[in-house]
Amino acid sequence: MAKQINVALIGNPNTGKTSVFNKLTGLNQKVGNYPGITVEKKEGVCKLPRNLKAHILDLPGTYSLNASSLDENLVIELLLNKSDKDYPDVAVVISDVENLKRNLLLFTQIKDLGIPTILAINMADRMERKGISLDVDLLEEHLKTKVVLVSARKNRGIDDLKEAIINYQHISNEPCVNASVVAPEYFERLRKAFPNQSIYKLWLVITQDVNFGNINRNEITHAKGFITKTETELKRLQHKETILRYQFINGALKDTLKVDANAAKDLRSRLDRILTHKVWGYVIFFGILLLIFQAIYSWSSYPMDLIDETFAHLSEWSKANFPPGVFTNLISEGIIPGIGGIVIFIPQIAFLFFFISILEETGYMSRVVFLMDRVMRKFGLSGKSVVPLVSGTACAIPAVMATRNIENWKERLITILVVPFTTCSARLPVYLIIIALVIPDETFWGFNLQGLTLMLMYFIGFGTAIGSAWILNKFLKIKNRSHFVIEMPNYKLPLGKNIAINVVEKTKAFVFGAGKIILAISIILWVLASYGPGDDFNRAEEIVTVENQPNTQLSKEELDEKIASFKLRNSYIGIMGKGIEPAVAPLGYDWKIGIALISSFAAREVFVGTLATIYSVGSDDEQTIKNRMAAEKNPILGGPLFTFASGISLLLFYAFAMQCMSTLAIVKKETNTWKWPMVQLVGMTAFAYVVSLIAFQVLK
Amino acid sequence: MKHTLANLKRGERGIIKEFSEDNIPLKLLEMGCLPGNEVEVLQIAPFRDPMYLNVNGSYLAIRKEIALLIEIDPLV
Repeated sequence: MAKQINVALIGNPNTGKTSVFNKLTGLNQKVGNYPGITVEKKEGVCKLPRNLKAHILDLPGTYSLNASSLDENLVIELLLNKSDKDYPDVAVVISDVENLKRNLLLFTQIKDLGIPTILAINMADRMERKGISLDVDLLEEHLKTKVVLVSARKNRGIDDLKEAIINYQHISNEPCVNASVVAPEYFERLRKAFPNQSIYKLWLVITQDVNFGNINRNEITHAKGFITKTETELKRLQHKETILRYQFINGALKDTLKVDANAAKDLRSRLDRILTHKVWGYVIFFGILLLIFQAIYSWSSYPMDLIDETFAHLSEWSKANFPPGVFTNLISEGIIPGIGGIVIFIPQIAFLFFFISILEETGYMSRVVFLMDRVMRKFGLSGKSVVPLVSGTACAIPAVMATRNIENWKERLITILVVPFTTCSARLPVYLIIIALVIPDETFWGFNLQGLTLMLMYFIGFGTAIGSAWILNKFLKIKNRSHFVIEMPNYKLPLGKNIAINVVEKTKAFVFGAGKIILAISIILWVLASYGPGDDFNRAEEIVTVENQPNTQLSKEELDEKIASFKLRNSYIGIMGKGIEPAVAPLGYDWKIGIALISSFAAREVFVGTLATIYSVGSDDEQTIKNRMAAEKNPILGGPLFTFASGISLLLFYAFAMQCMSTLAIVKKETNTWKWPMVQLVGMTAFAYVVSLIAFQVLK
Repeated sequence: MKHTLANLKRGERGIIKEFSEDNIPLKLLEMGCLPGNEVEVLQIAPFRDPMYLNVNGSYLAIRKEIALLIEIDPLV
């Protein structure tokens, strides 16, 4: 077997690193997690000429090796630990031609670790338009490495990059900068105390906040005969080191890089003048949000209706064509509706991630951070909280993970705590079905009333998130230094392939992650609804027939319905639902909704699936779920169960209650304690109960 | 009067002076905001916070609290 070359792709955010990764690996990639932490691990295999193969690891984007986040720690940890199985034979630093100077900072740091480092300058196709010229040969000489011009967008230079990877052994290991000149005496002492270690690695470990694999930080700082420096002194040295690196970079670029300033007067400034404008910036941002939600609502309703009907037919068909029995019932009443309950989400998740990827790829998301920072800070959040809050409209899980780039712990914690209030896609089917039932399908000022209600639900979710952030900000006492510095990347046309890969990845993560839970619960629910304890359930037919003996007008069908309903009432799930009915009746719900609420604590999206299961078990009438719900009667008040009042109450309950095990699990992982997920579970659910109670009692 | 970045209006420029504060985040230096570099204010969000800058070809946004720490020589 050919030897596999371990390659690490490293680079600043917004350099098109992922595009290069996609070009190198094609669809030959997988996304997983690093063991024990939730940082995404993207790796892939790249076929090289001469029968060679490269294992490519796409490391999280970072500006330097001075870590300020979990993602960045990981980059450093890997690069310091030679015994890690992913330790690179060669590092490829991806940089953006327009930000070469800043990108080279990271390059010099990685080169100084003694790893062969290739510099790949991406977006080379833009050079001419931006008036940039670069003397590649001379730059190679200055940086003592191989420099490759690539354009992932135009598919240029990728073969040169592969060639450079094959020849990595010819790249010099010589460092760029001698960091020890910032404090010669100190570094000399360090060298004496640890003669066998690379001095620059030691320095990195000392200045970071974490322990790294084989080098223990405490061991260094507590070593004999070695005087440590205070944090401030170290920070000053880091400042000096950074300045020193920039001096080296300026020297290397002085006679190699030419930029015609006039050519650079461009799209950016014109677009920024409007998009970050005090008034127009906000108007455009809200306009875009409105457009996205209207689009998601109207576009995805077609595939969703189709999926709904297809699965209803499939269920019917399997029942008619398979031999009758427990197994067929399990398939037609448990498994098929369960899978349907997962598939129906795909259109919305795909559309939402489609829009989010476009906003990120174009560089517009950073403008939103800029516009919203001050406003968000009033509520204890950061401009960077906008991205998690917006992602939260797809799913709270990636949103909680997306808070990692908020450096300030208090802002980050508050963001994590309030993100589950934003309207995730799992609530969407619940909202859609209830809105369709209780809100008239009419237009108001040219807008569809149902669409407006849906948007209102999003605003309620967002507003509650912001409001609770404000309260948390008042009560949480956490001291913090904040380092809000964000890059404002160039505007770019989004790359179709990147967006497609992102949409597929996120949808897959949902189907195979949350989907598994949903299917499992659907099956459990079916079992609970199909079996019951004791005599009443088993002798249902007999009991009902005897009871209805005097009533001879009953047709065969009506009798069957009564039997089925009696069975359901006496099944395990019926008993559970009945048990909580007194608690949910004041909110306008019956015991069937009670059951759906119980199962929703595993995952909200189970709500519709649960009702589907309950109703198809409760009657043989093969109608779509919506019609079935509309026909449901309120057992206490009479009249339809889903009225305006109970519908609104249910909408509000789903808007506020913490009903997602997976979110609780991810919050535990990110905050490293059960305290915060428990605060969410109890606080949010209690709030939901109270609000829904008031809503129903006022509106009924 | 001490001139800081926070005093600059939209479209104004200055040269960053030597840092006298220890609280300046390292990240700022890493992003190219170094003493001696020219800085231009491209846009200011409402309430003068945050500020959108071009420092020597790097485009960044920083909060007012940090802008207040960076002394500059204004350019006319």
